[in-house]
Amino acid sequence: MLKVENINVYYGAIHALHDISFHVEQGEIVTLIGANGAGKTSILNAISALVPHKSGTITFCDKELSRVPANKLVSMGLSQVPEGRRMFSKMTVLENLEMGAFTRRNRAEMQQDLEMIFSHFPRLKERVKQLAGTLSGGEQQMLAMGRALMSHPRLLMMDEPSMGLSPILVQEIFNIIQEINKEGTTVLLVEQNAHMALSIASRAYVLETGKIIKEGNAADLLRDDDVRKAYLGN
Amino acid sequence: MLFLNQLINGLHIGSIYALIALGYTMVYGIVKLINFAHGDIIMVGAYVSLILITDAHVPFYLAVPVTMAFCALLGVLIERLAYKPLRSAPRISALITAIGVSMFLQNLAQQIFTATPRPYPTVFTVAPIVIGKLSINFLTVLTVSVSIVLMIALQAFVRLTKTGKAMRAVSEDMGAAQLMGINVNNTISITFAIGSALAAIGAILYSLNYPLISPTMGSLPGLKAFIAAVFGGIGILPGAMIGGFVMGIAESLTKGFISTQLPDAVVYGILIVMLLVKPAGLLGKRTSEKV
Ligand SMILES: Nc1ncnc2c1ncn2[C@@H]1O[C@H](COP(=O)(O)OP(=O)(O)OP(=O)(O)O)[C@@H](O)[C@H]1O
Ligand SMILES: [Mg+2]
Repeated sequence: MLKVENINVYYGAIHALHDISFHVEQGEIVTLIGANGAGKTSILNAISALVPHKSGTITFCDKELSRVPANKLVSMGLSQVPEGRRMFSKMTVLENLEMGAFTRRNRAEMQQDLEMIFSHFPRLKERVKQLAGTLSGGEQQMLAMGRALMSHPRLLMMDEPSMGLSPILVQEIFNIIQEINKEGTTVLLVEQNAHMALSIASRAYVLETGKIIKEGNAADLLRDDDVRKAYLGN
Repeated sequence: MLFLNQLINGLHIGSIYALIALGYTMVYGIVKLINFAHGDIIMVGAYVSLILITDAHVPFYLAVPVTMAFCALLGVLIERLAYKPLRSAPRISALITAIGVSMFLQNLAQQIFTATPRPYPTVFTVAPIVIGKLSINFLTVLTVSVSIVLMIALQAFVRLTKTGKAMRAVSEDMGAAQLMGINVNNTISITFAIGSALAAIGAILYSLNYPLISPTMGSLPGLKAFIAAVFGGIGILPGAMIGGFVMGIAESLTKGFISTQLPDAVVYGILIVMLLVKPAGLLGKRTSEKV
């Protein structure tokens, strides 16, 4: 479904991503794990065309993305939950969800997705009129996911959904990610919380200073000595 | 009676400042740029409507939309040519460019029209409305009501329409807006177009009240409107409206009761006091965002 081949990203003189290649197949949960500054966000932003890549190709559903502007990707089925939620804080919860469906026309289908999102996140339904900026961190993460889901994506990319959340909430969010995946949405999950990410993913890539240093089945990586030492703390 | 008269005058000029201030605040809200060329859009609007009405004999009701369209186009063009290339440059670069665009427009107007002021035609010869001892000019009634209707319409547009919501989304977070599928460039263009079209109406209403048109005529109302926008909290639409009225009334009352030399000093004084008390302006908030 998504194929990234040898992409390189620079920020001025900083070479942030070195020949990154990986792929995500239909129906999978794939995770990219790595420490602070490894380049996880840069990868997602390169796919979302928010940062340009100097070389390499990104293919999504057999389409090469290099000439596609960022705002055209959503309607192709690519959606990102950005790092730090990035809610429209001065808009209500409902307006934020509407923004997620900005490019869609079919009202009936949108309504269906809204119901689906409320069934996953009943707390959002209770707060439709509340300003997003006044939500708790956990609720904002739910809203960010709901907003991304409102575009009815084929591939949902998530950047550190566990950031700043209590262990119980992280568990809740990860359960929902699994549910959404079972309902048919492919997931690319970027995480520092390697244990949680590896426990729900089918495959994983380990990122270090802009390079992929390991890849494999999530279950295998969970038992891998190097990975355990570096990311699981034992 | 004098007080009431001055108050009404203040409302009159204040509603023009408010219309112009909306353009400053909308543009600042979306691209975080003080568009110093906005005042000169007023000058362009004044000349365009003057030429249409006196030289081309276009009826007033047609001259208004044509002037609006011209200014909207000019606003969009300025953004595309001068500001867009600098969108990711340090903010000071865009600010200096804005001052440059302002000077360019003034000099261009001087080349075309010379520095000699031209009189603006009298369009309305309706008798003043008399209520007891109070007499209110038709132009005052027209200006205030047109402004209020436009402000309400703009507020509704930004609150309720899809484009309006896109404008709010882009002003909060350009990257996130792009992730939603919003075309950021178009949204910014629309913002400049609306702000400039409002300035065109402001220009016509201003010229009807102060009927002398010159290449530098936009500076003063532009500055006052800018102060109004900052006073109300730059980036906040209702703030610009309130700010416009406050500035107009303060100016008019100062003229009537203190001195005709002092209104500008009073206007700056009010702004300074406001910024000392509330640095973000009347309706401005220091938002603390949760992570
Ligand atoms: N806009 C930018 N300008 C300059 N350098 C940047 C920019 N964004 C990221 N970088 C650099 O690129 C590298 C990768 O950053 P990135 O944000 O992709 O890491 P990350 O894995 O997402 O980190 P974290 O876990 O902290 O979110 C870092 O060294 C960072 O300093
Ligand atoms: Mg990151």
